[in-house]
Amino acid sequence: MIEVNELTKRYGRRTAVDRLTFTVRPGHVTGFLGPNGAGKSTTLRMALGLNDPTSGTVTVDGRAFRGLPRGLREVGALLDAGDVHGGRTGVAHLRVLARSNAIPRGRVEEVLAEVGLTDAAGRRIGGYSLGMKQRLGIAGALLGDPPVLLFDEPLNGLDPEGVLWVRGLFRRLAAEGRTVFVSSHMMAEMEHTADRLVVIGRGRLIADESLTEFAARAGRAAVTVRAAEPERLTAVLRAAGAEIRPGPDGSLDVTGLDAGRIGELALEQRLLLYALTERGASLEEAFMELTADSVEYLAGEPR
Amino acid sequence: MSTATLPTPVRRHRFGDLLAAEWLKFWSLRSIPWVLGLATLLVVAADLKSAQYTHDHYTPGDGDPAVMAQVALDDSFITASADILMLVGGGLGAIVIAGEYATGLIRTTLAAVPDRRAVLLAKAAVLTAVLLGFGTVTAGVSFGLTQAILADRGIGQSLSDPTALRYVAAAALFAPVCGLVGLCLGTLIRHSAGAVVGTVVVLFFLPSLVTERYRWTADLLHALPFPAWQRLARITLAGMRPTDYPATVAGAWTTYGVWALASVAIATVVIQRRDH
Repeated sequence: MIEVNELTKRYGRRTAVDRLTFTVRPGHVTGFLGPNGAGKSTTLRMALGLNDPTSGTVTVDGRAFRGLPRGLREVGALLDAGDVHGGRTGVAHLRVLARSNAIPRGRVEEVLAEVGLTDAAGRRIGGYSLGMKQRLGIAGALLGDPPVLLFDEPLNGLDPEGVLWVRGLFRRLAAEGRTVFVSSHMMAEMEHTADRLVVIGRGRLIADESLTEFAARAGRAAVTVRAAEPERLTAVLRAAGAEIRPGPDGSLDVTGLDAGRIGELALEQRLLLYALTERGASLEEAFMELTADSVEYLAGEPR
Repeated sequence: MSTATLPTPVRRHRFGDLLAAEWLKFWSLRSIPWVLGLATLLVVAADLKSAQYTHDHYTPGDGDPAVMAQVALDDSFITASADILMLVGGGLGAIVIAGEYATGLIRTTLAAVPDRRAVLLAKAAVLTAVLLGFGTVTAGVSFGLTQAILADRGIGQSLSDPTALRYVAAAALFAPVCGLVGLCLGTLIRHSAGAVVGTVVVLFFLPSLVTERYRWTADLLHALPFPAWQRLARITLAGMRPTDYPATVAGAWTTYGVWALASVAIATVVIQRRDH
C-alpha cells in the first residue's frame, strides 16, 4: 500500500506537486495518469525517497522508503529504463542489484527468463533497444519479489507483443495481492491495464477512482443512426427529447435516447433504418476533458 | 508461477553485501582493468628507463651516499609516475560516482539501497582497496626492478631501510588519497568530464598556484596532496635549496589522512542532502 498525504514539492517558485493525497491499494493495478509535466515522476521519486518532499508525506506499507536500509524486497521500481550504465551487461547490472540486497544469484537468471532477456543477458546494455531496456528495468523491479511495484511509463518503446506481455504481468502481480502503480500520460494505455485510476494535472489530484467510475464521467453514451429519411427521423427524435448532431456520411449522432427507444420511434413512424449503433463513452475523451485545464505544454495557440 | 517467490529464505542484509556489489560494479566495466593495467606498465617502464640512465651514467663510489640513496629511490618512482597515479586514481574516483549520475544509474542504485551513506561508504571502501592495490603493485614492482638494476652500482636500496619503506608507502598511498578526492569532486560535480577536469585542477594545478614564500601560503601548499607526496618522497634535505618554512613528514602524512577523510565526509553529506 502506498499512502500519499498532502504531498507537496516546490522547485523555486514552481510547484511540481501540490498537496496530493491518495492511497494506492494492494490487489489492483492502479494507473497514475496525467499530461506531461503533471508531476507523476516527481511523485514517484518522492515515494522512492530520491527526492525529499517540501511538505507532506508518502509512505510505503506505513514506512518512509528512505528510512529503509535496503529497498528491493520492499518496493520494485522502474523509473526510467535509461537509468543504467551502457557499458555493463544486462546480467552484470542485475547481479550488482541483487548482491546489494542480499538476493541470491540464481534469482537473476529467473527474472531474466521472466522478461525474456536470457539470450541478451550477456550483451552490453548500450546495445539494447528501448524495449529491451524496459524489460531489463522490469527484471530489476521483480528481483526482490516485492509487495509493492512502481513503474514510470513502462510501455514506452515496447512492441505490441511486449505491451500485451506487460499488461498480463501487471495483472498477475496484482492478482497475487501486490500493489501495482503504473504511470502513463496516455489514457489508451491504461484503459486495458489498470482497474483503478489516479489522475493528476499540474501537481493536483483530479480523480482517484475505479475505471468504471471514471468511465461514468465520460458523458452520456451516444447512438449512431443511419436512416433512409434522416430529416424526418431527426424531427421525430427531437420531438422525443433527443439531441442530434448530423454525422459526416449522412448518419445522425443521437444522445438522450437509447438505441431501443430510437428503434421503437422509427417503427411507429414507419421509418426505415439502415444502422443503429451504440457507442460507449470514450475514456480518452473523459481524460482529455478532465485534464484540459491542466495541460502544461499545449501545442498550438495559447488558450 | 515460480518466479513470484524467492527460492531461498530471506537473509538479513549486511554492509558486506554492499561492498561485494560495488566490487562487482567496479570490475564489470571493461575499461577499468585496461586503465589500471596500462597505467601500471607505463609507470614501471618510465621508472626502469630512469634507473637504466642512472645505471649507465653513475660511477660507483661517487657522490654523497645520502644524496645517492635519494637518487636511487627517485628512480623507483619518478615524478611522472606520481602524475600518472594522480591522474588514474583521481580520474577513477571521479568516474565511479559521476558516471552513475551522468547515466542516471544513481537512481537505480538508491532505489535498491535507500541508505545513501552506506552506498557511498561502500563505494569509497572499494575504491580505496582497488587503488591501494594498484599503488602498492605499481610502486612495489617499480621499486624491486629499479633497485635490482642499481644494485650492481652499489646504490640499490632495500625495503628493510625505514626511509625506503616510507618512500614506497607514500607512493602506494598516494593513489587512494587522490581517488577519494576524485570521488568527492565527482559527487559534487555529477558530470563525468567535469568531475575529471575538476579533480585534475585540484590535484595538479592548485599546487603550482601557491608559493612557499610566506608562512601562510607555505602552510597552504604543504596541505595539498601532491606537495605532501613530494615531502614524503624526500628522504634527505642534502643538496636541496633551503626554504624558510619547510614541510614536515608528520604534516605530510596528516595531509594524506585529512584529504582522504574530509573527501568521504563531504561526499556523504552531499549525497544525503541532495535530490536525485
